[in-house]
Amino acid sequence: MVAKRIIPCLDVKDGRTVKGVNFVGLQDVGDAVELGKRYAEQGADELVYLDITATHEGRGTFTRLVERISAEIDIPFTVGGGIGSLEDAARLLDAGADKISINSAAIRTPELIDSLAAKYGSQFVVVAIDAKQIDGRWVATTHGGRKPTDRELFEWAREAQERGAGEILFTSMDHDGTKAGYPCDTFARLAEELSIPIIASGGAGSVEDIAEVLTTGRADAALAASIFHYGQITVRELKEQLKLKNINVRV
Amino acid sequence: MIAIVDYNTGNLRSVINAVRRAGAEYVVTADRGVIESADRVLLPGVGEASSAMANLRETGLDEVIPRLTVPVLGICIGMQLMCAGSEEGNVRTLGIFPTEVRRFVADRKAGIKVPHMGWNTITELNSPLFRGLDSGAWVYYVHSFAPDICDCTIARTEYGRTFSGALGRDNFFGTQFHPEKSGTVGEQIIKNFMTL
Repeated sequence: MVAKRIIPCLDVKDGRTVKGVNFVGLQDVGDAVELGKRYAEQGADELVYLDITATHEGRGTFTRLVERISAEIDIPFTVGGGIGSLEDAARLLDAGADKISINSAAIRTPELIDSLAAKYGSQFVVVAIDAKQIDGRWVATTHGGRKPTDRELFEWAREAQERGAGEILFTSMDHDGTKAGYPCDTFARLAEELSIPIIASGGAGSVEDIAEVLTTGRADAALAASIFHYGQITVRELKEQLKLKNINVRV
Repeated sequence: MIAIVDYNTGNLRSVINAVRRAGAEYVVTADRGVIESADRVLLPGVGEASSAMANLRETGLDEVIPRLTVPVLGICIGMQLMCAGSEEGNVRTLGIFPTEVRRFVADRKAGIKVPHMGWNTITELNSPLFRGLDSGAWVYYVHSFAPDICDCTIARTEYGRTFSGALGRDNFFGTQFHPEKSGTVGEQIIKNFMTL
């Protein structure tokens, strides 16, 4: 059977990673390629690189970085951050990205999902949804959770799937950064309603949290940043502990 | 010199990078003369089977490839085109491997989502292509169609059904998974292919 995936996420600004200060034994934690390679050696199943640069020059730097990642790293990687058009996606895919992740742009222009899937195939298209609960209803947001939209989580996720998304990356903005675990009921309901893989993001504070979202929450993959970057646990240790809990992981 | 066949089926960068990492000399080409004189031929491919097959026919490579006597490795769609036929676009293909390529059937209760995407194991390894690897090695898959088991099956994978993770016959080899994205296991397979 296909394994549950563990995916470290690296934030990149002006071509350099902005977290990872406690990464043991790495000379230059800012080097996104070196950090990614280290995660790959530890057993990461995929990598996600998020470009948090706002400037036009930064985008060019990121594209060159994607070329280097593709040349040096031998596991699949997704890139996201600021992808607003077919041209942006084409540039990153040509540079060697295996998948692209779109978020706000998909909410603004849902047809972008259709055109990306038609041109490159669904497997290239990850739709990221940042949602939070407002009056008991899960609402998709933009701008890091600050701006609620008129899209409801489940309805939007289903629409994204129908338009051709290959995976849904769901972050609960109520849990992100809290290290208090994931909203597993919500994940399980997403799994019930969708037929494409779901990546759980935001909220992991412990091995137990990740184990729970992969079992009770029925997520196909867990994405995490802080617990790896700050050396709380290595990818390998996490996967070995998940295996001890009878979760099917690649170790 | 390895000829990486470019028949206009998507981005070849990952395959090129993997061959480069393995330290091999390569040329990316659709020229039949170059392909016929290469030491080894790699047939990659992403996309849709019937249009990929149409591209092969257009360049005349559908006649060149089955006659090659040097080691040939098809990857993903490249491997599917080496089978007898595919349900995708209902197309007859090169017929090097006597098997049919069929779609996965989604089964939510059993956790079978389509496409089959992620890391899975290959077992019953039966080819020099897997020298140095043990049954149960992990490889990376992204696909919705897969070849059935046949006499040429050299590796098996389970996903809803048992399918051929890899095929081999004489000088012809194919992997449904992506060795270029399969970490150290994939690197070993590519290196093995270089020394067949």
